[in-house]
Amino acid sequence: MTRPHDFGFDETAQILKGTARRLLQDHCAPEALHRLVALDAGPARASECVWDEALWRRMLDLGWTAVAVPERLGGFGMGLVAIAGLVEELGRAAAPSPLIVTLCATYVALACGPAADELLRRIAAGLSVSLAGTDRRGSWEAEHTEVTVDANGRLSGTAWFVQDAGKVGALIVKARSAQGLGLYLVEVDATGVTIVQDAILDLTRDQAHVVLREVVPAQVLASPGDGARALVAAEPAILTIIAADMVGAGEWQLQTTAEYARTRVQFERPIGFFQAVKHPLVDMMVQLDAARSLVYDAACAFDHEPESAEVCARMAKAAASDAAAYCSDRSVQLHGGIGFTWECFVQLWFKRQRHNEVLYGDAAHQRAVLADRLLGRIGATA
Amino acid sequence: MNQSSESSEQAAFRAHCKAWLASGLPPRPGFRLPLGPLEIATREQLEYLCAWQKAAHAAGLVGCDYPREYGGGGLRDCQWIANHELKAAGAPFFPNIVGLGMAAPTIFHHGTEAQKRRLLPPLFAADEIWCQGFSEPGAGSDLANVQALAERDGEGWRVNGHKVWTTLAHFATWMILLCRTDRARKHDGMTYFVAPIRDGVGRGVTIRPLVKMTGELGFNEVFFEDYPIADDLRLDEVGRGWAVAMTTLLHERGAGSLVTPSAGGGLGDDSETTLGAAGLVELAKRSYRHGKPASDDPRLRDAIVKMLIRERAFAQNERRAAVPALVDHPLRLPLQHKLTLSELLQDTARLACEIEGMAATLHQTDPNAPAGGRWPHAYMNSFGFTIAAGSNEVQRNILGERVLRLAKSK
Repeated sequence: MTRPHDFGFDETAQILKGTARRLLQDHCAPEALHRLVALDAGPARASECVWDEALWRRMLDLGWTAVAVPERLGGFGMGLVAIAGLVEELGRAAAPSPLIVTLCATYVALACGPAADELLRRIAAGLSVSLAGTDRRGSWEAEHTEVTVDANGRLSGTAWFVQDAGKVGALIVKARSAQGLGLYLVEVDATGVTIVQDAILDLTRDQAHVVLREVVPAQVLASPGDGARALVAAEPAILTIIAADMVGAGEWQLQTTAEYARTRVQFERPIGFFQAVKHPLVDMMVQLDAARSLVYDAACAFDHEPESAEVCARMAKAAASDAAAYCSDRSVQLHGGIGFTWECFVQLWFKRQRHNEVLYGDAAHQRAVLADRLLGRIGATA
Repeated sequence: MNQSSESSEQAAFRAHCKAWLASGLPPRPGFRLPLGPLEIATREQLEYLCAWQKAAHAAGLVGCDYPREYGGGGLRDCQWIANHELKAAGAPFFPNIVGLGMAAPTIFHHGTEAQKRRLLPPLFAADEIWCQGFSEPGAGSDLANVQALAERDGEGWRVNGHKVWTTLAHFATWMILLCRTDRARKHDGMTYFVAPIRDGVGRGVTIRPLVKMTGELGFNEVFFEDYPIADDLRLDEVGRGWAVAMTTLLHERGAGSLVTPSAGGGLGDDSETTLGAAGLVELAKRSYRHGKPASDDPRLRDAIVKMLIRERAFAQNERRAAVPALVDHPLRLPLQHKLTLSELLQDTARLACEIEGMAATLHQTDPNAPAGGRWPHAYMNSFGFTIAAGSNEVQRNILGERVLRLAKSK
């Protein structure tokens, strides 16, 4: 297949991105976000799930859970390039919502074949879904899970680090049996499901471990032995989506810190005059632009050139994680004392970025996998 | 790459390029080609490369986007297609780099009709080579401090001054020359000329080679002593030199409105001419560290993959720069071009030296030097790119001021 020079970022994608920008400016501006998620600085806040359900209903009215679902299943059938544009805006606004996890789950469902058609229809109609399958060590390997399937098809065990578990209606659970790894749809209110909120740093999302006790799944999405393949197929899209979130959030960090450097006066000058402030801001921009270009490259590869999708997506995630780390670090430092406070907005993006950096594997992990692909495994050269 | 978004003119032009390049490349020379235009050392190399540029121009691959009356192709947005096809075909580079990348767009934007008709056709055909007279011993990063003085002398001008880092001056017919015409003013006290310096040698122009840290020639210093220039060789108004120079610099940094004709660096000994990050992978497999392949060293693996990612990001930045919906500020990506490319080349070469270990101590002339000693050599030469065209420190100031609207550092 050929790859469009413009990444396939067409008019529909532009409209989606523009609509997202405006909606989130109106309903998730930094002041409002801070009021919503950072009202309370006490330790109990860390394990609460705080979000704006009215904003979520607006997102559903705009059909945002349907964007990646094929038209035949009631969706809009847009490419990952368009979804990347939407997610960039969610990152820029640091919006708390179950949309990003639902988009990630959509790509897993898409890789499951006809067994997931019904789920995709429900997602298009507004069901929010998160993936549940990481073990307590936070491994991102497809095979790693602590959940098992018994002879009667019931699920037991704990799924760790489940993103936005407090907001979603259902989970795609990775579970192992003697025949191998399968994927199962579990409604969050099913008997035997207990969601235990983790106390986390990021105030713009929630995270939980999900304890399953002989849970009857609503549906088998991938039969034992077929689950890993679906997860591997969806992984480039998931990595690209998380990278897009980081690039959008990084752009907010850059613009906000630049604005501060234009207005904050010390030594009788706006601090942006000083090259010790100016040059790191430029380096934030340079790193972000590289990551952003790689995000659209990866999204376009997923849409048009699947054979190179994995390498492109890992490159995007690695570059975006590094850019997010640098932008977060400098956004606090260049704000000086105020940047170190709870009341300053930069803390919200700082924490969201730190969380995103490690999600689905940090930069060093992505590069280690890329090294295996591009240089061969260690020991392969005689 | 998909060509679906191309106009029919572009698609036809791409087909033309492919067809011509299938048989239009020159035969391999019987001598070693330089790595780039900055390293052209012998007349033999220059003549081979000029003949190639002339042939490519005659075939319509050079100056495609300029009007026909100026020796161009009269097309729209086609130069990038020619560049893409030239690179894919492994074509040699074009030698008239200052002419194509800096003088041509400046003359096009600021020249008179007569100047454009006289100067542009032989520039595209490489019949006349160009060099750049901007930097001086006291005006490097602070280019607006140019002191070379052009004073009125009857109908024309008389120039006294000293220009440095003048690539290709020893082969050049013309120089783009930035002079001070008003000592009482800084930015608006400069005027821009095109100077026929070859004709001036012995009549007020002296050209001396400067030896680079690599031991190579390639650039020069040029002295002007009561050198006369006619007034019809002035570009734009008296006192507008800085604005004209900005057009030149914008194009030099890859951020101009006109795409510079460029080809690959092909047809040399292949192992000698690829300096990309992909070369690091093979190098690491052939090099050893603690008795094991360097490609097994986890720290080097990480560093190599970082470079591969940066190289791909650079190419994808170029791709995204052409998609307005994915660009926030029109100069944001173009102004990063020179900064990111020069640092990519430098860091790649430095990492290659690290992979080579002890072998990186060997000079190009040593028979045991891996890859012909090109990596340590490329590392030293990379400072030409990180310093030239406004040092990267100045580039960061420009980006911070023009794109992020930070207060001017000076």
